Amino acid sequence: MNSVFNLFPEQASSISSEIDLLYLFILIVSVVFTLLAAFLVIFFAVKYRRRSEDDRPEPPHADSKLEIAAGAFLLVLLMGMFFWGAKLYFKGNRPPSDAMEVLVTGKQWMWKLQHPNGKREINTLHVPLGVPVKLTMTSEDVIHSFFIPAFRVKNDVLPGRYTQVWFEPVKAGRYDLFCTEYCGNEHSRMVGWVEVMEPADYERWLSIGTTAAASTAAGGGPGESPVDAGARLFAELGCVTCHNQNSGALGPNLTGVFGREETMTDGSVVTVDENYLRESILNSQAKIVAGYAPIMPVFKGLINEDQLAQIIAYIKSLNDNGTDG
Amino acid sequence: MTMNTVATDNPVPAGSEKHYLTNGHTLSSWLFTVDHKRIGILYLISLVVFFLLGGAAAVLFRLDLMTPAGDLLRSETYNKLFTMHGIVMIFFFLIPSIPAVLGNFLLPIMLGTRDVAFPKLNLLSWYVFMAGGLLALFAIVFGGVDSGWTFYTPYSTMYANSNVILAVCGAFIAGFSSIMTALNFVVTIHKMRAPGLTWFRLPLFVWAMYATSLVVLLGTPVVAITLVMIFVERLLHFGIFDPALGGDPVLFQHLFWFYSHPAVYIMILPSMGVVSELISAFSRRRIYGYKFVAYSSLAIAVIGFFVWGHHMFVSSQSVYAGLIFSFLTFFVAVPTAIKILNWTMTLYKGSVSLQAPMLYAFGFLGLFTIGGMTGLFLSTMATDIHLHDTYFVVAHFHYVMVGGGVMGFLGGLHFWWPKMTGRMYPEGWAIFAAIVIFVGFNLTFFPQFQLGYHGMPRRYHEYASQFQILHVMSTAGASILGFGYLIMTGYLIWSLKFGKVAGSNPWGARGLEWETTSPPPTENFLVTPVVKHEAYAYDVPSETSDVQEPRPEQHNV
Ligand code: HEC
Ligand SMILES: [Cu+2]
Ligand SMILES: [Cu+2]
Repeated sequence: MNSVFNLFPEQASSISSEIDLLYLFILIVSVVFTLLAAFLVIFFAVKYRRRSEDDRPEPPHADSKLEIAAGAFLLVLLMGMFFWGAKLYFKGNRPPSDAMEVLVTGKQWMWKLQHPNGKREINTLHVPLGVPVKLTMTSEDVIHSFFIPAFRVKNDVLPGRYTQVWFEPVKAGRYDLFCTEYCGNEHSRMVGWVEVMEPADYERWLSIGTTAAASTAAGGGPGESPVDAGARLFAELGCVTCHNQNSGALGPNLTGVFGREETMTDGSVVTVDENYLRESILNSQAKIVAGYAPIMPVFKGLINEDQLAQIIAYIKSLNDNGTDG
Repeated sequence: MTMNTVATDNPVPAGSEKHYLTNGHTLSSWLFTVDHKRIGILYLISLVVFFLLGGAAAVLFRLDLMTPAGDLLRSETYNKLFTMHGIVMIFFFLIPSIPAVLGNFLLPIMLGTRDVAFPKLNLLSWYVFMAGGLLALFAIVFGGVDSGWTFYTPYSTMYANSNVILAVCGAFIAGFSSIMTALNFVVTIHKMRAPGLTWFRLPLFVWAMYATSLVVLLGTPVVAITLVMIFVERLLHFGIFDPALGGDPVLFQHLFWFYSHPAVYIMILPSMGVVSELISAFSRRRIYGYKFVAYSSLAIAVIGFFVWGHHMFVSSQSVYAGLIFSFLTFFVAVPTAIKILNWTMTLYKGSVSLQAPMLYAFGFLGLFTIGGMTGLFLSTMATDIHLHDTYFVVAHFHYVMVGGGVMGFLGGLHFWWPKMTGRMYPEGWAIFAAIVIFVGFNLTFFPQFQLGYHGMPRRYHEYASQFQILHVMSTAGASILGFGYLIMTGYLIWSLKFGKVAGSNPWGARGLEWETTSPPPTENFLVTPVVKHEAYAYDVPSETSDVQEPRPEQHNV
């Protein structure tokens, strides 16, 4: 059992101990400087205490070399901190390409999660040990923030856009999951658990049908993976009529589009990511791909967050199928 | 402590002579005064009331946090209380505290002039401040605002109740009061310095007021516009911040922190100015590296405008923007550390006397150093990811803003109390209270660093049970802290009537404010002083602190 009096909380992800090492470094620097300052202040106050009301000490002769040297020394130390912190931050920002993707939707006051095979859960996240997991997150209402202290990861979850967090659990167990952006009355109840399981246990857990309550609350049929649901919607909503492999298609072929650089009619170049796909579907008139007419309907209000996430998952899956783009 | 001692240098008890306090006793002589000293006192009284209200809210929610389930309050009440605490303490206590009270009272005297440049504007600023404060209080107490003092959108614009509008309006109005005061200070410092008082002879307190005023003038309009945008979105449903209306929720955070980060310096720079005065007076020498200290205030003020994004490392702001903000933030640390070095070096070979104001200055040094150091954990991107929006942040900014801002304010209040009231506070009680406050403060906030690193999120009414022990420690500390403040309020009020009569210069300090009587006459100086020395010329035999009256031969220009 990890006590709150331990220096570090539970270290359960691949980056936990790296963050803690950096924390320890800053801690040592801080403690050394604070103690040094405290010692000098107290020492001088005692040594140079006023001995008589007529004391007239010499005015100080400031040594600008001392000031500049101290400033420069400090700056070097701080730059070390900066680079170390930035390097780790970048690492924490780039999920490995083979990361397993879980969709997360925050709403007042619960977390809805969906696994790659379509299994849904609420306020609990089951993940396999030793497998990198990437969470693609959005909110249905206000800003929330997804925080797993034992993994040292956190990111805000915003309405109208996707954000992500990734981690690789290194220790089986049950860890706190908190919402850390104030989101209204029951903010402090927007909490849950992360269950890190042996991969075999996770597979077994995945294969057990999801509870009916969770799947209706989250919407959509149980057992259908986001990619499958997205493919179904892609046909149902008529996307295929314009987006297909035919040479005369009205819209661009979406195979292999994810991650590609696209040129727009105004000459700007964008890299296709989740947020770009989101905008292209909900508000297709915002950016028009060069060479195409602005004829795509606006889907805002016609599909909900879950369906949007599924369609995007489907479009992303087109990359893996190897079909020529 | 003898109460009936008559001060050796001033046989006339305060009250029976003519000075700014005796110049009219009616309520209207106060409410319509244009005397900067009386306006400073009006602010002092108003701010103490706001401080006690904000403090009472904190006591309530700290008691509630004794148990993981938050048994004392309901969630709604808890959320409203922390919002009230934040709004009141920041907008209606910390931001105005030192400039509006000590700055108003002292700046013209330190400059050797009769009043600020625009005395009527100065009075207007108090009315505007009170209007804003009462409006916000009304909204909070009767309506209940639960958005936190940060008013993050789209919660504040679409989901919180509509009293948010009133509270925002209150903060907006108070912003104008800050602008008026700042404008007054800048013009006064530029135009009304006494003969001989060149820029580099100014007391560091004046430099700090100058830097603060610049920050206020540049930053406040931005937050004012931002608050108007909240208005427009909330009332007219015009999409600015809410994505459901086509707005951008993160835009609000940029605009908000563009002001609110510099606002931290609005709270802390004045305090640094006070501490410079205190350390110099109680070690009887010029501040080590005067120019470095003066310029570092300006450097902090300028760099402070380019670091706002360090509040947004996990907000989905681009990683490159984050990189730049983190980088610049480290640069603010340098001038700050230089100041601490200079204050420490001032003590070296000085003549140090540990009276209550100096204890507060030491308290400032200790707490502010811890506040600054813990800022490093938050400006380092990788550690901030984990610490953002946890109790670590709460502890950090209380160390900076209370440990720094409030300790400076209290130190200054004690130091200039004899000047403002003509009476000494009781030294023994003051030392006792200063120690109680220091201990209580640390016990309240130190455990919160540990809470934060262990993952306790801020603004939580209920929490996981492993955190309880640290919360109980924190609440115990808060009770001690509150007790310290009460003792202090008690003896300060007591001293108004029973305190020993203070002479013009009870500390043997240098500075124009010590060359006039305590309390000063309405016109501050009977004759315009002429400044012949640098600030803090303790080595030059004093021409005045032994001779208590302004000297006629100083008359000049
Ligand atoms: C009426 C024809 C039409 C329909 C129906 C249609 N689209 Fe499009 N779509 C277009 C055209 C034309 C473009 C290119 C111009 C533009 O960017 O708007 C486009 C662009 C896109 C893009 C950006 C592609 C790129 O290469 O950058 C995406 C993604 C997309 N559509 C998805 C969808 C989805 C999902 C649906 C169904 C929900 C859909 N579209 C339905 C015509 C259509
Ligand atoms: Cu929340
Ligand atoms: Cu800041």
